[in-house]
Amino acid sequence: MKRVNAVVIGAGAAGGIVAKELSTSGLSVVLLERGKWYTSNDCRKDDLRNQRTTLLGNAFGPPDEGNPRVWVDGKGVSHIALPSEGDYQNNAACVGGGTLSYGAQAWRYLPQDFRMRSTYGVPAGSSLEDWPISYDDLEPFYVKAEHEIGISGDDSATPFRGPRSRDLPMPPLPVNKEFEILGPAAKRLGLHPINIPMARNSIPYNGRGPCMRCRWCCGFACEVDAKNGSQNTVIPIALASGNCEMRTECMVKEILMDDRGRARGISYFDADGHLQEQLSDIVIVSACAIESARLLLNSKSRLFPAGIGNRYDQVGRNLQGHHYTGAVGYFGFETYDDIGPGASIAVTDYNHGTPGLCGGGMLANEFIRLPIHTLDRLPTGTPRWGLGHKHAMRNYHKRTIVVIGPTQQIPTEHARVTVDPSVKDKWGLPVARLQGNCHPHTFEIGDVQARRAQTWLKEAGAVDTSLMTSRPEVRPEVIEASQHQAGTCRMGNDPRSSVVNRDCQIHEVDNVFVIDSSVNVTNGGFNPALTIMAVAFFASQSLVRNWKGTGFRS
Amino acid sequence: MGTKQKNTAFSRRTFLEMGAIAGAALATGCASRKRGNWEFFTEDEAATLTAICDQIIPADDFPSASQAGVLNYIDKQITRHYRPHQRAYRKGLEQANQLSQKHCGKPMAAASPAEQLQIVTSLEESDTPFFELVRSHTFEGYYGSPRHGGNRNAVSWHMLGLDEPPIRGRSRYDLKKGTPS
Repeated sequence: MKRVNAVVIGAGAAGGIVAKELSTSGLSVVLLERGKWYTSNDCRKDDLRNQRTTLLGNAFGPPDEGNPRVWVDGKGVSHIALPSEGDYQNNAACVGGGTLSYGAQAWRYLPQDFRMRSTYGVPAGSSLEDWPISYDDLEPFYVKAEHEIGISGDDSATPFRGPRSRDLPMPPLPVNKEFEILGPAAKRLGLHPINIPMARNSIPYNGRGPCMRCRWCCGFACEVDAKNGSQNTVIPIALASGNCEMRTECMVKEILMDDRGRARGISYFDADGHLQEQLSDIVIVSACAIESARLLLNSKSRLFPAGIGNRYDQVGRNLQGHHYTGAVGYFGFETYDDIGPGASIAVTDYNHGTPGLCGGGMLANEFIRLPIHTLDRLPTGTPRWGLGHKHAMRNYHKRTIVVIGPTQQIPTEHARVTVDPSVKDKWGLPVARLQGNCHPHTFEIGDVQARRAQTWLKEAGAVDTSLMTSRPEVRPEVIEASQHQAGTCRMGNDPRSSVVNRDCQIHEVDNVFVIDSSVNVTNGGFNPALTIMAVAFFASQSLVRNWKGTGFRS
Repeated sequence: MGTKQKNTAFSRRTFLEMGAIAGAALATGCASRKRGNWEFFTEDEAATLTAICDQIIPADDFPSASQAGVLNYIDKQITRHYRPHQRAYRKGLEQANQLSQKHCGKPMAAASPAEQLQIVTSLEESDTPFFELVRSHTFEGYYGSPRHGGNRNAVSWHMLGLDEPPIRGRSRYDLKKGTPS
């Protein structure tokens, strides 16, 4: 196959952006994706089989057959997990990655989120650290992401946000009933509610129409293509540039190294299962935190016997996601108006600044709920089945509000991805092995957040509430990575404690980059998609700037 | 919905009668694994499962689990995504009938609703994974998407007051930027 300038592995939030930035800058690019390219026709509105509710499997991959992972419980016992099971910590495998079917909250992290160690010190047993780049470094790229991907919303009503050099390109969607109920209550509590920034068209934008506000939103492909991911924004531009070829259903086996310790390309299994080689000047790994680490660890060679970038045993460490906690409020009146996307109001007052807590998180009302979601959210004491349960469903499905939020996790180096010594996937590649747990302080923060959500709901008139918390006593081994997985190829200045530099370039191999959530040093108290996109724009710009045609400007 | 809808259109009473006949046949030892209208379950098993599902979601002014096609859902999925649970169902349904024989001297499907309630309660208390499976699958079949064979005519969604078919393009757009109350 023809040698190209760059191979990008993974067509998700970051990979799509890298492919677009490189190809429109004149580099020849091959973009590889293990999954398929779905369209809005694949929405299917299937309550039991989507990316959020996977009772009957994942809608957008990977399939349960041939793609196992191993997870290790608190007693050290290994278990097989399938992609549709929670312990797999899945993120979608398709063109667009998670951004095809995500809820599309598009948050900027706060300035403190890039300086967690400086702000709070290092809790015992944690690996809390500062990013080598700051909010100010990233700000222009947040702007770029917001305009190129297309973000609606309005966060001007809160002082708890970073400075913006440019407003969001689209106004927020009109508020829903939950916003009208929760908004005044938040203000009475002295909070600053805002319209959640969303990668969703509220007005025609980028050649596509606006959201039609249906019920099948978070977890589904958008039926009218109003939800903005890499699959309907940057990837089509990359392909139209004439410099980018995308190959789907291709599983990368390993990064190929030459004798001088530089990458010369990759080998992969194509859609028919045949092993192919694609030679390139640069390799960019954008396969999401778990699979990117797995690929680096599986790329063993004479000079890199422990895998690429792993000289100091850092690849795969600091696996993190978000610890979601919140509360359910039960109301004496209807709160549900059946208008998507549902999530509408948020406060960022609790992300930082609570004495005794290292951070916090955003709190927002939950995405629109399908009946299958209400089953788990009935008042405490509801009969588990029978007429009493049926009546509770009828009473509460439309009289419930859920306030929930992603607590920023305190990373530990023990929560990590390795490759399993025995279990292999259908291509014969060693699978990811997940072990470790959340730092205990994460649970303390999460509990405080849940009580705050409860207070907000009570102020809004909830007659009854129940807390949504998960305690380490119940599942001590719990890793919470899944869609928000991050941290496994930490960005840093010191090669002994990080994997890539601030340009997302692997310290010891200058033509291999990791550009995705793997590089996140910490993961903010927010949905991470927009930050992944901003980092991808940031890293692509330095890559293009430093690229001299045959090598990198040192 | 087509021919896959099978005999779940029968009323609860019809089912009970069928169950009684099947039960009587079982008692005389002449019925066995006879396949009927189901992909996986025998008619006897289907009758027992109907009794259990209809205790989990009984009829009121809206249909019971079986009336809404829950058996259809479970029967379809047990040969597909839920294939690993086949043994649990076979064994669990047999145990339910044994329990019923012990308590009231007849198969579950022939027992009275009050007796069935008692049996399902003791199934739950016996803490077997079987009851939890049936409970989850019943809820999925009743409240999930009709495309999988349950929730006939989206009956549970109508019960919950949701529009089906859904209203499209209900945008309520007002393009004034930001309308927090």
